[in-house]
Amino acid sequence: MSEFHLEPKRSDAIEKAAESAVPVFGQEPASFFKQLKGFWVTFSTMFKKPNTIEYPEVKPEVQPRFHGRHQLNRYEDGLEKCIGCELCAWACPADAIYVEGENNTEENRMSPGERHAKVYQINYLRCIFCGLCIEACPTRALTMTNEYEIADDKREKLIWEKEDLLAPLRNGMLMPPHPMYPGSDHHNYYRGEIKESHPSQEVNK
Amino acid sequence: MSSFASSRETTEGTIYSVTGQDWDQVASEIGSAKEERVVVNMGPQHPSTHGVLRLMLELEGETITEMRCGIGYLHTGIEKNTEFRTWTQGVTFVTRMDYLSPLFNETAYCLGVEKLLGITNDVPERASVIRVMMMEFNRISSHMVALGTGALELGAITPMFFAFREREKVLDVFEKVSGLRMNMAYIRPGGVAQDLPEGTVAHVRDLVKDLRKNFKDNADLLIGNSIWIKRTKDVGYLDLAGCITLGVTGPVLRSTGMPWDLRKTQPYCGYENYDFDVITADTCDVYGRFLIRMQELEQSLRIIEQCCDKLDQLDGAPVMVADKKIAWPAQLALGGDGLGNSLDHIRQIMGTSMESLIHHFKIVTEGFRVPAGQVYTAVESPRGELGAHLVSDGGTRPYRVHFRTPSFSNLQSTSAMCEGSLIADVVAAVASIDPVMGDVDR
Repeated sequence: MSEFHLEPKRSDAIEKAAESAVPVFGQEPASFFKQLKGFWVTFSTMFKKPNTIEYPEVKPEVQPRFHGRHQLNRYEDGLEKCIGCELCAWACPADAIYVEGENNTEENRMSPGERHAKVYQINYLRCIFCGLCIEACPTRALTMTNEYEIADDKREKLIWEKEDLLAPLRNGMLMPPHPMYPGSDHHNYYRGEIKESHPSQEVNK
Repeated sequence: MSSFASSRETTEGTIYSVTGQDWDQVASEIGSAKEERVVVNMGPQHPSTHGVLRLMLELEGETITEMRCGIGYLHTGIEKNTEFRTWTQGVTFVTRMDYLSPLFNETAYCLGVEKLLGITNDVPERASVIRVMMMEFNRISSHMVALGTGALELGAITPMFFAFREREKVLDVFEKVSGLRMNMAYIRPGGVAQDLPEGTVAHVRDLVKDLRKNFKDNADLLIGNSIWIKRTKDVGYLDLAGCITLGVTGPVLRSTGMPWDLRKTQPYCGYENYDFDVITADTCDVYGRFLIRMQELEQSLRIIEQCCDKLDQLDGAPVMVADKKIAWPAQLALGGDGLGNSLDHIRQIMGTSMESLIHHFKIVTEGFRVPAGQVYTAVESPRGELGAHLVSDGGTRPYRVHFRTPSFSNLQSTSAMCEGSLIADVVAAVASIDPVMGDVDR
């Protein structure tokens, strides 16, 4: 066996760190008067504003960027923004999203362009709210709202279907399926040029 | 022994297993047995074992003669799982290891990926400053839990309330910046996920003043308190030689007088440009570690203040590497419908440029390729040296991700700290190590 020799090495790094080393203070028991200050801290808290909130009577406001439950959005004429590309499902590190796409036809047009989501499920038992899905979505169909009360008492109820996730119809929106805005194609939608629905789109009265 | 204890014969003599019976009866019966060796299981469901740590204590009276840790109750397979995800998705996994200091996990991992990619110097300065600021806030929130629960476990309840009050304010900053209070996946390979929202720096400056004032409450309660000193002084003794032998880092190592802090000794993220002190004690005990944590809070506040000045200067600078082949393509924006991709980005990829659409799809589904090789990067987490060992085979997923976690390395020092001491001191010693079981088991 060859001889193994290890030379002890003194690192400059430690020397450098030692320059800024500061010993702690407060190692000895404090004076009696100073120790009484501790009681004053507790006592004075009685006269301070409480930091707690009476949840659920009072609901705390979350920050605007909060990652809450998802929402599937619509264009201003009511067509769905989701094109069934499954990019959200690809981006999801927890495999919480399941999408099944379907071709749009003249009779059954749910979204502008070629395809829409036939099935769209988010499994809130698996979702970790990292937000990679909303960063992946190429049409801003998927966004995260500030809603955080999604707990439920049955596992089945936590798999949200497309109709649970879809945004409600607002003023001027028509329930799809219906044709695209007259004289426009899907690019006009993607560029945000569609501002309202057209009377001619109203087919399923 | 009587009916409550089943017994079996082994080579070491008769072994009685006692589970959840009237302890007075058990104790009196133990006294009548010939063998005096009592092995007590502390945990994994014990309120003061920081989650699911199981301690096997061999007792003689109230003195511990031997002690071993049982770990693995929180194994989540994070390291293995990252092998089946892209490098970017890996961030969302590693952030969940040490759930009290998620940003350190993310930074260690991302620094490793950046080193493998060879883009360490291309990370924008603003991103580094944001990382430092978020990490120092995270150090505060983590130390607050360590101090609060540490005191709680020794019977001092009030400090916990003050500690969690302050922690809540820090978590509000995380929520403001990243949208999440824990496990943010905010730091990404190449930078950070989003720039700070408007008004963050002003908010942070106010908060620093607020925190500095409020930290005094806990300091008044605990520093120099005779009862607290009696419970912690000369308890959990581990000297420098013991720490070095067991690979212990962090406040436990610094409590032996060794000024070892990776922020000073191996600076990363531009820590060499910040002015702060390394706090040390020479007592090697629980009280020294407590004082170090307490006084590191002030150092973190100092660093955050310097970050604020830097952020003011770097207003509007990029927060992600310029290389579009690596940078995550998304640009998030707030709207009436919540948080989602910005409409400008949509217009660009869907309405204008087919190439950028293809690129967006490619980087989201496949990710980026990382040159083959392996790196080790370490950051100073609140618990000690957190190292990421990443191996790439040149693909879009890690070949192996391994973390050298401080909780795991430090936890093995519990035997050295506790053997020969009283059973009540175990709680103090474990609390002073501040292990996070998610970090131990990964």
